[in-house]
Amino acid sequence: MKLWRKPLDQDRVVVPRGEIHLIVERCKGCQLCATYCPRDVLEMSSLFNTRGYHPPQVRNARRCLVCGLCTMLCPEFAIYVEEVGHDQ
Amino acid sequence: MVDELTDVLISKHHPMDKLLRQDRLPHIWCSGCGLGTVLTCFVSALEKLDLDMDQVVVVSGIGCTGRAAGYLNLDGFHTTHGRAIPFATGLKLGNPELKVVVISGDGDLMAIGGNHFIHAARRNMDLTVICVNNFNYGMTSGQLAPTTPTNARTSTSPYGNAEHPFNVPYLAAATGATYVARWTVLHVRRLERSIIEAMNKRGFSVVEVISPCPTYYGRWNKMGSALEQMKYYHDKSTIRHWSDPAQADIGLEGQIIVGRFVDIDKPTFCDLLQGADQ
Repeated sequence: MKLWRKPLDQDRVVVPRGEIHLIVERCKGCQLCATYCPRDVLEMSSLFNTRGYHPPQVRNARRCLVCGLCTMLCPEFAIYVEEVGHDQ
Repeated sequence: MVDELTDVLISKHHPMDKLLRQDRLPHIWCSGCGLGTVLTCFVSALEKLDLDMDQVVVVSGIGCTGRAAGYLNLDGFHTTHGRAIPFATGLKLGNPELKVVVISGDGDLMAIGGNHFIHAARRNMDLTVICVNNFNYGMTSGQLAPTTPTNARTSTSPYGNAEHPFNVPYLAAATGATYVARWTVLHVRRLERSIIEAMNKRGFSVVEVISPCPTYYGRWNKMGSALEQMKYYHDKSTIRHWSDPAQADIGLEGQIIVGRFVDIDKPTFCDLLQGADQ
C-alpha cells in the first residue's frame, strides 16, 4: 500500500487475514454475503448444492480483512470467517 | 461437486451452533428472508452479553417469526397466537431472575396480541420484545396486517390498503416502554447493539426490526427480489436518534426513520409489587 505520510502507529497496526468457511448444505443462495462484502471477496458460484441453490465462493482470498459481515448477514448460519495470521 | 468451489473451506459446524438446534437447520424461512439475520444478530448479542444461558428464556408466538424460539438451543416456548407476552409475563413473575425475551412478528404482537403488548408496556414488565415487522402475515400467505402501509397491496387488500398502519415505536413509547429502537435487518451491528442495550435495560424494551418478505409482501408490491427489497429499506432509512417516534410513520414510499427513540428509567412491575408487599 502506498502511503503519502507514514502513520504514527504503522509499526503496531497489523492487517488480519481471514479464511472463509462454508456449510454448503445450509446455503439458500440469497446472495447477501457476496453483495455486501465490503472487500469483494465473495462471488456466487455456478455450482449447485443438494437443495439446488448456488453457494458463494471466494474470488480474492487475500483481500479478506475478517470484518465478519458475511457471518453476521448470513440468514442461514452457513458462512463464517476465521482469522489466520496477519500481514504487517 | 461442491468441492470445486474456489478457496472455500467446507465446514460442518458454525461457531454459533452451540446456541442453535442444529438438527432443525436449515430453517424453513425463505431464501433472502430477514428473519435469519435477526436470529444471527440475537445469537451474536447473546454471545457478547455475559449471561448464564440457563437464565435466558425465549418466548415466541405464531407466524414465521414465531419459529425463532424453536431454532435456539435455549429454554423457549412457542405459545398460541398473540399470547407470547402474557406467557412471558407469567415466566417473569414466577422467576424474576430470568431474562425473558419475546421474539415475534408484527401480526402476532400488534394484531391479536396488541392488547397484551400495550398493557405489558403500561405495567412496565421487565421483558425484551423483538418485533420483526415484515408488513404482512407471511406464514398464511401475505394477508393484511395492522402494520401494512396505506395503499400497499396484500392478498386481502388487492386494490390497496385503506387503513392507517400502526407505528410500533410510537405505540410502545406512548404506552410506557422504557427502551424503544427500530432498525432494518441490514443494520446488523446497530441492531446487535440495540438488542444488547434492550436486554440490559430494566423494564419493557422494544426493538422493532424492518424485514423484507420477498415471497408475499414484496411480490404483491412489486419490490423485486429479497436483495432489492432489503436494499430498498436500507437506502430509505434515515438514522435519527432520540427523535419523536410520532414522526416515524412508515408509508408505502418515503423514508423510514430508524434509531433509538426512547431510553428512560422507571420502576418495573416487579419493583412496585415488592414495594407493595412491604
